[in-house]
Amino acid sequence: MEDRVLMAHGSGGKLSHELVNRCFVGKLRNEWLARLDDSAVLECQGRLAFTTDSYVVTPIFFPGGDIGRLAVCGTVNDLSMSGAVPLYLSLAFIIEEGSDISDLEHVVDSIQRTAQEASVCIVTGDTKVVQRGKADKLFVNTAGIGRIPQGVNVSGSNVRPGDAVILSGTVGDHGMTIMAQREGLRFSGDLVSDCAPLNGLVAEMLQVCPDIHGMRDPTRGGVATTLNEIASQSRVGIIVNDVAVPVRPPVSAMCELLGLDPLYIANEGKLLAFVPTDRADVLLEVMRRHKYGKDAAIIGQVTSEHAGRVTLRTMLGTSRILAMLSGDILPRIC
Amino acid sequence: MEFCGSHTAAILKYGIRQLLPAGVEMLSGPGCPVCVTDQADIDRAIALAKVPGVILCTFGDMLKVPGTYSSLQQARAEGCDVCMVYSTLDALDIARANPDKPVVFLGVGFETTAPTIAASIAQAKQQQIKNYSVFSLAKLCPPVMKALLDGGEIKIDGIICPGHVSTIIGSKPYEFIPREYGVACVVAGFEPVDILMAVDQLLVQLGNGRPRVEIAYGRTVSPEGNVRAQELLAEVFEPQTARWRGVGEVGGSGYRIRDRYKEFDTERLFDIKTGPAKEPAGCRCGDVLRGVIRPTACPLFGHACTPERPVGPCMVSGEGACASYYLFGESDGR
Repeated sequence: MEDRVLMAHGSGGKLSHELVNRCFVGKLRNEWLARLDDSAVLECQGRLAFTTDSYVVTPIFFPGGDIGRLAVCGTVNDLSMSGAVPLYLSLAFIIEEGSDISDLEHVVDSIQRTAQEASVCIVTGDTKVVQRGKADKLFVNTAGIGRIPQGVNVSGSNVRPGDAVILSGTVGDHGMTIMAQREGLRFSGDLVSDCAPLNGLVAEMLQVCPDIHGMRDPTRGGVATTLNEIASQSRVGIIVNDVAVPVRPPVSAMCELLGLDPLYIANEGKLLAFVPTDRADVLLEVMRRHKYGKDAAIIGQVTSEHAGRVTLRTMLGTSRILAMLSGDILPRIC
Repeated sequence: MEFCGSHTAAILKYGIRQLLPAGVEMLSGPGCPVCVTDQADIDRAIALAKVPGVILCTFGDMLKVPGTYSSLQQARAEGCDVCMVYSTLDALDIARANPDKPVVFLGVGFETTAPTIAASIAQAKQQQIKNYSVFSLAKLCPPVMKALLDGGEIKIDGIICPGHVSTIIGSKPYEFIPREYGVACVVAGFEPVDILMAVDQLLVQLGNGRPRVEIAYGRTVSPEGNVRAQELLAEVFEPQTARWRGVGEVGGSGYRIRDRYKEFDTERLFDIKTGPAKEPAGCRCGDVLRGVIRPTACPLFGHACTPERPVGPCMVSGEGACASYYLFGESDGR
């Protein structure tokens, strides 16, 4: 078989079938895919959550993950943030002509491993090939369906004054890793993406505290932007304690050097939870026992004052506004 | 007055003004290389980017600065080859990789950045990289400090002198300020404690009526500065009159490439023609840069001019006073 993707691999003909069988059906093996029907037929009961996301990250392989792991985690995490138990994912590829088939295989292997870790099945998929230069190697889209357990009602609009704000771990790891790779920075050292599926952590959290009011994963725009979204959606104020936000030393060092603030840098394996204060300590203990929550910390609280505004308490005890991300993140000159 | 934009950013980011005793007022100065770049020079940079075949390399901040009709970001969107780099040596790598194309580095910066620009020119000469040149817009700080004090528009008692700039030039070049103008000077670092220490030292100087130059950033700044970097600067550059936004022409405040390196001087290689430069209507960046008004006093601040849609450069750069005031919430009524 060819070692590069040709236009014919997307034509629907023989080469397409070979590619689908070799790369997808073979690797992602499950009863729905094996049927090769036009759609997967699923049994679901109760309230469902449904989400979709596209992944265009460059480079497609990076320390701590790859575009495949990201595509599974992103959708699994979006479902989890609604309190849903992720069940089924769709998977669609747009592949640039000339891409290495072995790269594609590595990505699909990674998708399979991550799906297994997150206990979800890839039940339907699609592949398109576009001419060289019309896409950047590989674009991936996933959509996902999850079931929301009885009694769970998590939403960015349900956050209430008095809630504690819990962050599941260190910030900025994914964004700085990608920036270092993309720009060929020679001092990227120990940067590793935090890309991880959070449904296991969320399940344990909901078990000890079913009345979590709100959850969101602070991806693009970082923790600062997510907090601002929640403050305006729930019409509450949020006070964040700067020194309580965990940041790994290589991330803070690189942010310092480039004049960036870790609070605005993307994460792919972290969540913010807004929970009744009297449950915060119990929840924190449970989170810290999980591998994706071991650095969890209470970073702030929700107030009724200054609705829609996020305030940062600095290490000096002073305070200022923590605004939403504005424009692109560009490193400073000096 | 804190001369440096990075000092303004730190003062607002850490809410330092909330800690200062009554009667101490901090004014932002012109220490943001992006902000003080003259409108006509921005127009010329954009015109250079539009020369067929040219690869224009720039630090990230410059991309978004609006010129009279366009910005580098817009030029890039229209198909011009504009590359964001983190170091002048990255620009040299690009020149090596594209020997058939002229590679121009947009040399914006103060004494901090200028040695790295000089190093790239020296290296290009040594390695005979013939397609590399620098459009030198680099500037010196002490002459503009003198111009501000001579202007007499602002009454300042003390100056927090630039930290990174002083690492290179030392603290001696500021000695004329207390001697001739009776204004106290302290060189400061960028941690909140550095700035508080500098304010304290300025207040002590004012209290005992003996203004002088002190260093509150001894871990990197000495009176003599970095002599090797100064030698490199003198080898490659000579001072010339330069235009500063808001301030106008200041003698001896620009770095011109010496004749012995003339083959690396973009201005001598390209005949750059632009129409008359016009600053945006209503924009008061010039007044902000001279410390005549606070950013919040500009009628465009926060309404017509935001970091998403900046009208003037002080809202673009992370070191710009307007961006700092906007992002860290030091605006009236926010």
